[in-house]
Amino acid sequence: MSKHSSIDSFRDLRPAAANGLYDRRAFLKGGTAFATAIGGYTLSETLNAQSLVDDPWSASAGTPTGPYEARSRFENSVVRTMTNPNGEPRSQQSRTPHHMLDGTFTPNGLHFVISRSGPPDIDPDQHRLAIHGLVKQPLIFTLDSLMRYPMVSRMAFVECGGNSAPMWSPEPLDANVQALHGLVSSAEWSGVMLSTLLEEAGIEPSAKWLIAEGSDSLALHRSVPLSKALDDAMIAMYQNGERLMPGNGYPMRLLLPGWEGNMNVKWLRRIELVDQPAMSIYEARTYAPILPGGKAYQFYFLQEVKSFITHPSPGLLLSDHGFYEISGIAYSANGRISKVMVSADGGESWAEAELQAPVLPKAFTRFRIPWQWDGGPAVLQSRAWDEAGYVQPTRSEIVAARGEASRVPNVNGFPSQHYNGPTSWQVNQTGEVKHVYA
Amino acid sequence: MYMRSVQFLMLTGLFIHCAVINAQSPGLGTPIDEIDIAAWNIDVLPDGTGLPSGEGNAVQGKIIYEQKCIVCHGLNGQGGISPALAGGEPLSNGIDTAKTIGNFWPYATTIFDYTRRAMPWFAPRTLTDNEVYSLTAYLLALNNIIDQEDIMDATSLPAVEMPNRDGFIIRFPERTP
Ligand code: HEC
Repeated sequence: MSKHSSIDSFRDLRPAAANGLYDRRAFLKGGTAFATAIGGYTLSETLNAQSLVDDPWSASAGTPTGPYEARSRFENSVVRTMTNPNGEPRSQQSRTPHHMLDGTFTPNGLHFVISRSGPPDIDPDQHRLAIHGLVKQPLIFTLDSLMRYPMVSRMAFVECGGNSAPMWSPEPLDANVQALHGLVSSAEWSGVMLSTLLEEAGIEPSAKWLIAEGSDSLALHRSVPLSKALDDAMIAMYQNGERLMPGNGYPMRLLLPGWEGNMNVKWLRRIELVDQPAMSIYEARTYAPILPGGKAYQFYFLQEVKSFITHPSPGLLLSDHGFYEISGIAYSANGRISKVMVSADGGESWAEAELQAPVLPKAFTRFRIPWQWDGGPAVLQSRAWDEAGYVQPTRSEIVAARGEASRVPNVNGFPSQHYNGPTSWQVNQTGEVKHVYA
Repeated sequence: MYMRSVQFLMLTGLFIHCAVINAQSPGLGTPIDEIDIAAWNIDVLPDGTGLPSGEGNAVQGKIIYEQKCIVCHGLNGQGGISPALAGGEPLSNGIDTAKTIGNFWPYATTIFDYTRRAMPWFAPRTLTDNEVYSLTAYLLALNNIIDQEDIMDATSLPAVEMPNRDGFIIRFPERTP
């Protein structure tokens, strides 16, 4: 017996694609009878209906509310994975557990972090931001002074250029969405537009780039074209309404919506206007992916259109046949997501997913589509389009253009960068979900 | 350093200056002289802009390397717990070929810049400029790009021709100035 829904409920609905995909508006259009069936997947067992009794937690008053809310102790397993918990001399990566989250922004404690040498412990009162170089008047700003400027808030994803790197493996790795795509997150950022500060300093006509530098021990720096700086770059000081997390650049970071994560320099202390890129280690070496044949891309600034399914995905057991909502995340540096198509048969047939409103440029868009799992094998896949007309390449397209790793990499390794092909999840008859190539 | 300059500017009344630069902006930035940013202004550009005076060669660099770098990067830069700084397979071997100074880095100035700003790991920005020139020379010589005796300074370093200088394709030419 199906507990969450019954196949009968779907009698009047027309399938939108093979293997159980239904019209994305099935529920929005007055399918209220099943509205309660839509919910997140959990890792716990579903229960059989039984007579209800008063629960122990209802028998007495609850606990006092604290000054800063901690989540339920039952949620303690919703955590980032860490590659370097002891801070050994190498970079640290903490990945977002997308399969445990829903919606379009990432809670601050779960936002991904890559830190080369660990977040510095910055006293915000002592922190300074210098703007100099090819400007009429070099300036320094305190956090206090920046707080007095006109502020803007916007949703934006930040994605590491190396997110999804295990997808370059010649064989599919036995990994979940967190391991494969956990180096992207999305948040509402608030701060001062960089253009305001640059105009105050007075841009010299010879300035073409800026060098942004952090106050971490490595003084990480990246070059950014001035055109991006004047377009939508922000000095972000708030993340989802509160001050930035240390791992995300407290007390201020450069936010370059849609552009390679490493360029969104954290712990920002210096912006120098220059006439040429610095060719810092990260642009000259690290984030320059090698192409088949041996040339390499340089200045791979944009995080191009991508999507992946978070529900179902490996680690979320489908405990029963019947109704499930397939949902996932799509985003693009080129603006808004315009369409996401979903397949339940490995790309043979496709149905259009519903895009959760509001659909914002350069931010996560949540897509959803009803799915009736008949208990048979299924391969789930998504493909996104953006408003600039770009479409996520198929796996064979991206492999033809960009190659594959010559050997199976470690799941935490970075055989190359900027993978934006599709991800396929195979559902087997026992309801387990596995990463496959299709 | 900036505090000194701020106090100086306050005393001389130059503070008013920032309010007139741009009427659109609150004008709350504090003017500062480039000289007072010097301690932070450590980037070196590919044409050599930002290189300090000083010099060094590989023979000198080897001695410093064996004191300060070998523990992580291994004998002769062959790699250890930290990346190899010499050698490297041809990039045509695969998209996951390990990148080194020899097979990948397009500019010698990047070696100077990164070593000066970030190394040695536990004591960044403690090397003298002569030490950084010497270490840069040593790493270039290890990769057979210059000779042991070649002097690296603000003139010779940007002129070093790196083997993979022309190995790049700009991914988004329309997004670069
Ligand atoms: C405690 C270990 C440690 C010591 C000592 C150390 N390094 Fe490093 N070095 C690292 C690590 C870790 C990285 C990689 C950093 C990263 O990937 O962000 C690195 C990277 C580098 C790189 C870039 C290599 C590449 O291709 O990415 C250079 C050049 C370098 N170090 C030079 C030096 C020099 C010169 C010294 C001595 C003055 C030194 N290092 C001492 C740990 C160390």
